[in-house]
Formats: sequence, C-alpha cells, structure tokens
Amino acid sequence: MASDNRPLSPHLGIYRWQISMTMSILHRLTGIWLSLGSLALIYWLIAVAAGPDIYAMAQTLLGSWIGQVLMWTWAFSLFYHLCNGIRHLFWDAGRGFEIRAFYITGYSVWIISGALTVVAILFAYTHGSHP
Amino acid sequence: MSFRTPLGRARGLGSAKRGTGHWLAQRVTAVALIPLTLWFVASVLIHMHADYVTVLNWMHSPVVAVLLVLLVAILYYHAYLGLQTVIEDYVHDEWLKVSTLVLLKFICILLAVIGIFAVLRVAFGG
Repeated sequence: MASDNRPLSPHLGIYRWQISMTMSILHRLTGIWLSLGSLALIYWLIAVAAGPDIYAMAQTLLGSWIGQVLMWTWAFSLFYHLCNGIRHLFWDAGRGFEIRAFYITGYSVWIISGALTVVAILFAYTHGSHP
Repeated sequence: MSFRTPLGRARGLGSAKRGTGHWLAQRVTAVALIPLTLWFVASVLIHMHADYVTVLNWMHSPVVAVLLVLLVAILYYHAYLGLQTVIEDYVHDEWLKVSTLVLLKFICILLAVIGIFAVLRVAFGG
C-alpha cells in the first residue's frame, strides 16, 4: 500500500485564474476535439476510395453549414494545438520558463493560431471554383 | 543482488518496468505531425472545391499516398497517447479505466487501418 498522507499538489480551486490554466485546459480540449475530427478525415478518405457518388455525398455533407462550422473549429483546434504543442516542446527542451517568455509565447499562440485560421478561411472562400 | 530496500520489496511497489517511453513517444509523434498536418491542411485547402477526378489523381501520386499513410498512422498513435493520458487522469475506477483504455486502443487501431486501407486502395486502384 502506498502511503496515504503524502503531500498533494493544491487543487484547481485554490488558484487565482491565470492565462496558463486556460491555455493548458484548451490544449487538452483541442486535442480531444481533434481526435473526434479525425473521424471526418477517415470518412473523407473512405469517400474518395468508394467512388464519385459517395464522394459527392461527402462533399455535400462536409460543405453544409454545419459541416463548415465543424471544419473551422477543427482548423482552429489544429492550429492552436500545433502552436501550443511547439511551445510545449520548447519547455521540454528547458526553454521559455521565464515569466516574461511564458506570457509572450502564450499570447503568440493565440495570435498565430487565430491568424492562421482566418487566413485558411479567407483562402477557402476566395480560391477555386465554388460549387 | 537487489538494490531495493527490504521495505520496498515488502510493499511490492517496484519499478513499473517502463520509464519515459510514453512521454518520449508523445513528443516524437508530435514533431512528426508538425510538417504532416501543415501539408495536409494546405492540401485540403487547395482541393476544397476540386472535382472527384482531381482528388483521385492527387491521391494516386506515390508521395501523397505515403504522406497520407504516415499522417493517419502517426495521428492515431499521437491521439491514443493523448486520450490515454486524459482517461488515466480522470477515470479513477480501475475496471472502467482499463476497459476504456482497451476500447480506445481498439478504436484507434481500427480507424487507422481503415484510413490506411482507403488510401492504399486509391493509390493502387486503376
């Protein structure tokens, strides 16, 4: 039996709100959301393999307003998880722990992932032939 | 000769026989996914309004097929490692935890195999 009276780290409720909390929780949530989004990827791959009719159906479904909303939440989740993931990799290398660097990289993740999402949306709706 | 203390032996809580494997695999798959996901997002944006034949020709390319197989395989490996951590953190009932983890592993492998099969079918198809 492990000892029951080991010191525990403080519970969430004890902390004042900090941006680092939100970002950490959001990293998990986007990870979970992207795992669900991978179903859309598999569905799309199956649709390509299944032939033009099924593919057309998939395009209609993914192109519907709800499909588009889901797509853009997945796009933002991907960019966020990607940028914050790179931030995590720098921490793993022992860099970026200073308070100042912590905040700068944190806000950069928001700005860059937001900007990438906007650029992706603009590209999607201004390039190529629309159905 | 054992380096463990008598108390440690009596309690039976020894090494879990694995150390940084999970942590490292999560990082290595993350690094691999950086170029793969960026390439995939760019490809999707380019082909968003493309017709079926264009998409089919795109997936016929060996480079695209290999990258898609890598993407699907590494994506599900990374997703499994991440979701496993979430389950281990929040599911405290041992039976529920273990069965959820096994189910998750089955689902991830199944989806990865389906995705890879679909890519290969297009790549090798006529």
